[in-house]
Amino acid sequence: MSKKGKRIFIAAVCVILVLLLVGIFLTGSGEKEETIREVMKDAVLHEDNKVSFLGLNVNPAYISSCVVVGALLLIAALIRIFAIPRFQYVPGKLQLLIEEWVGLFDGLAKSNSPHRNKFLGAYVFAAGTYIFVGTVFELFGIQVVTTDGISIALPAPLSDINGAIAIGCFSYLVILSGGIAGNGAKGIGKTLKDFSLPISMSFRLFGALLSGLLVTELVYYYTALSFVLPVVVGVLFTLLHALIQTYVLTMLTALFYGEVSERTEKKPAKKQKRLKNAKGEGPSQAPA
Amino acid sequence: MNIPLNIDWQQILLHVFNFVILIAGLYLLLYKPVKKFMDQRTAHYQEAADEAASKLAQAEAMEAEYQAKLADTEAEIAQKRAEAEAALARETASQLQEAREQADKLISDARVTAQTERERIVAAAQKDIAGLAAEAAEKLVSGEAGLDGAYGSFLSAAKGDGSHGER
Repeated sequence: MSKKGKRIFIAAVCVILVLLLVGIFLTGSGEKEETIREVMKDAVLHEDNKVSFLGLNVNPAYISSCVVVGALLLIAALIRIFAIPRFQYVPGKLQLLIEEWVGLFDGLAKSNSPHRNKFLGAYVFAAGTYIFVGTVFELFGIQVVTTDGISIALPAPLSDINGAIAIGCFSYLVILSGGIAGNGAKGIGKTLKDFSLPISMSFRLFGALLSGLLVTELVYYYTALSFVLPVVVGVLFTLLHALIQTYVLTMLTALFYGEVSERTEKKPAKKQKRLKNAKGEGPSQAPA
Repeated sequence: MNIPLNIDWQQILLHVFNFVILIAGLYLLLYKPVKKFMDQRTAHYQEAADEAASKLAQAEAMEAEYQAKLADTEAEIAQKRAEAEAALARETASQLQEAREQADKLISDARVTAQTERERIVAAAQKDIAGLAAEAAEKLVSGEAGLDGAYGSFLSAAKGDGSHGER
């Protein structure tokens, strides 16, 4: 392309962008249906905007959860049918990606709970995938209509406190099951010692994802902030905290699971101790 | 019951329901088959590595066996060489001894012969001297020659015979 051609191309792009900006500002209603306060409050509490689902009024995050679970299961089924039977000992790109994906969580389970990790590996794999994909899901901005007739973008499933509590408490139950499987009643005691774990896990997830959601809502609420900034705030922050939250929850679950399911060595009985002591003291007492 | 933060048991259970389906689905569709494949591959390479290790050990054992055989053969060769050298030395010594004995015999025979020859020559010379003496005496007695002439011819004859005898 010649210099003249380049100039014409750049000028044309600039004109199109200016026209689009003018159009965006002129076509805006000027008044939002909800104030920023209401938007923020609804993002936290989900009191107003409910979505009808099979006759139930649910939070939009539950719809997100259904979409994410459905999409993940569909992808998994496609991979199972079309990719896995074609796996080779020397992997291709897709196979390498899938193996790395599975191997990452399997390795995490094995390194944190070397003695018992079969179920843990499967659990952290599913939980990690769900948290990561669920968090990234908010980037797609899929729209649903609420019961009030307002169109809203589907949030991350775990930005709803109910979703976060579900994952946090379920993870705690998994840890408890590990304790029981590894140590029986002692395992229950060991797990119940960390009774604050489900609350901390749930609220950590909820807080991290909610903060992302609130910042995003804030940025998108004002038209002036809706240019360039969302690239950083919307995409990079979302990807970053998707990775961090996936790592944190799976790591914590694996760590606690490994800790409570580890077999404790039996202490020697008192009688045996006494016998040992007697044997140990015997020769020293003999000369006296 | 109105729980703060809009916490709703029904929604929590709905989320758990979804999550359980996801765990089961992902385990059956993805985690288990992929892990099975990975384990199979690990077992395959482990088997290949074990096989290679066993073959290597077998080869090393064979090498050690051949080395031992080679060492045995070398020792055998060395032993045989030493035996051959000893036999050669014995043979040489016996031949040398035989040669020495033969030489000694030849020398002793030569000495005996020489002694015999000497005695024969001396006897012959004595016989000649006796003959000459008899002849000279006869001449002296017969007077065919003077006493001095006869004596001189006797002496010259005796000198010539004496030099013969000394040889």
